[in-house]
Amino acid sequence: MANEDIALNSEQLLALYHMMVLIRRTEEQLARAHQMGLVPGPCHTYVGEEAIAAGVCANLREDDVVFSTHRGHGHALAKGVSPRAVAAELFGKATGCSQGRGGSMHLFAPEIGLMGTSGIVGPSILQGAGAGYSFKLLASDQVSVAFFGDGAVSNGAFHEGLNMAAIWDLPVIFVCEDNMYATEVAFRDATRVQDVAQRARVSYDMAAVRVDGNDVLAVHRAAEEAVARARAGGGPSLIDCKTYRARPHAEGMRDGGYRSAEEMQAWKERDPIAAHAAWLIEAGHAEAADLDAIEAQVNSTVDDAIEFARASPFPDPSTAADFIFGAGG
Amino acid sequence: MREITFTEAAREALTEQMALDPSIFVVGEGIGERGGNFNTTLGLYEKYGPMRLRDTPIVERGFVGMCAGAAMTGARPVVDFMIVDFILDSMGELLNQISKIQYMSSGRIKMPMVLRGCIGIGGAAATHHSGSYYPLFVHIPGFRVALPSNPYDAKGLLTTALTGDNPVLFLEHKLLLNRRGSVPEEAYKLPYGQAAVLREGSAATVVALAVMVPKVLQICDELAKDGLDIEVIDPRTLAPLDTTTILESVRKTGRLLIADETFGPCGIGAEISAQVMEQGFDDLDAPIARLNGAHTPTPYSPTLENAVIPDQAAITKAIRDLVAE
Repeated sequence: MANEDIALNSEQLLALYHMMVLIRRTEEQLARAHQMGLVPGPCHTYVGEEAIAAGVCANLREDDVVFSTHRGHGHALAKGVSPRAVAAELFGKATGCSQGRGGSMHLFAPEIGLMGTSGIVGPSILQGAGAGYSFKLLASDQVSVAFFGDGAVSNGAFHEGLNMAAIWDLPVIFVCEDNMYATEVAFRDATRVQDVAQRARVSYDMAAVRVDGNDVLAVHRAAEEAVARARAGGGPSLIDCKTYRARPHAEGMRDGGYRSAEEMQAWKERDPIAAHAAWLIEAGHAEAADLDAIEAQVNSTVDDAIEFARASPFPDPSTAADFIFGAGG
Repeated sequence: MREITFTEAAREALTEQMALDPSIFVVGEGIGERGGNFNTTLGLYEKYGPMRLRDTPIVERGFVGMCAGAAMTGARPVVDFMIVDFILDSMGELLNQISKIQYMSSGRIKMPMVLRGCIGIGGAAATHHSGSYYPLFVHIPGFRVALPSNPYDAKGLLTTALTGDNPVLFLEHKLLLNRRGSVPEEAYKLPYGQAAVLREGSAATVVALAVMVPKVLQICDELAKDGLDIEVIDPRTLAPLDTTTILESVRKTGRLLIADETFGPCGIGAEISAQVMEQGFDDLDAPIARLNGAHTPTPYSPTLENAVIPDQAAITKAIRDLVAE
């Protein structure tokens, strides 16, 4: 990794490691719970892509907002939702972050800026732009982040959302997580231009950068610049993160027929957590024992979260139609 | 009381609330300096500027989805579709996001948004500028649907929409826009889910929607000369729908006709009919009748266009037939 100009201190660098491990271990346990039948619905994991959520969200304030995708556990955790609230939501429990109304695909914690993960590809881009409009209208220095995958890039929402954010100089960071496959359709078969940053620059005259999405420091640096630009009134940015999904599109789905074992192995060797761990030690920011201690702490947190989810009550059936409307009208 | 048009009344509601609430902004095509194709925002750009009167590219899905994000984060968008047929490009954002996010977030995120546009058949506008579509939105949990028939209701219902937490379809029939009526100068709110009994009678109940309201009222004045006293109800909002007022009226008259310019199948008349059958069956002295526009795309040529909407003769016959049952 070429990160000679790192401005982060050891504590911050270890916090990035901690967050990535927290996301990984939480999802590994959730996948196991899914196999045991404890997660009644779909479960799309983020394993292999943790550097992006960790690197981006480390630059955000609690009142900045994030709009996420169906693969959103990592974004929720990185934005500060507790593993307990995420696990309980996937278990369908009343203590979940959406009180059992959402599951894996609809995580909400607006009080800390998680404005929702979505089962539909594209709306996160538009809603992210809209939050930017709101902040500009209300003269707030909050910023908005829209996460989306390569699958959204050929969708009309990408063009419409980026165009509006650009023409109105909205404080938005568009984060493309290009994991090479939209469900099982290869990005190379879905577009003539896989360089998403180039699209942003050429089509919308937007500041854009392409980074190794498995390099948490590269993601962090790109996000730091983009957030600073947005907060200072400099308009939107796009970060094109090239990454790879290590597990199937969703838990329990057959994972063959569209990608090779060799390709999966090659990306496994570029695991973002292992790479950051090696760099931390090599650069003298940590010793192996420090990383082991983080691992042990995370394991304990995640064990507690799963136990909390298991022990929590299901929602009261009589509340199934609550919250459809707000006040007035 | 002074008389103003439907459009002026709705614009007055918007102007008053924009002055009170700096989080309100309007998006649409030509709603900035131009003041809107139907004068919905005339004069507002000079007062409030481009951030609050935002001319957009022609991307209905895009700006509706964008407004969802704005509504979720403290702003109060008003989407001015001009012609409501254009809303169809944004249905995914509306049905999958805007109607559901209050629920999905267990009430922690609000969705204060007004979606307004002109509906209805008239002026040889042809089929991409003549739709109404309100039954689609009534079917979906999470929307309020307002269908004012006069300037007084337009101002009061829009004021309520601009001060609540919910996504509201505010639909303006194009043949009503220049109709005049008495409207208070001060701001006022009208409740949703409260029908208006516009004419009292005992021979039959007619529930009329939008442009059918003035048409039916005029016909009922004629029928009164023959001794037929018809009760006329304007629901004013379709979601929520005030079935209580309709049931009370049917208890008195025993007969019900629903007059609606838009399509019959799975429409508002079908819904009202089912609810009256479920809750007021014993009060009925005759089968419930529906009068709707033809179940067809809207044609252009005036002779064809006139053939797909219920005209005066058809309305009169439907009422006389109902009373004779």
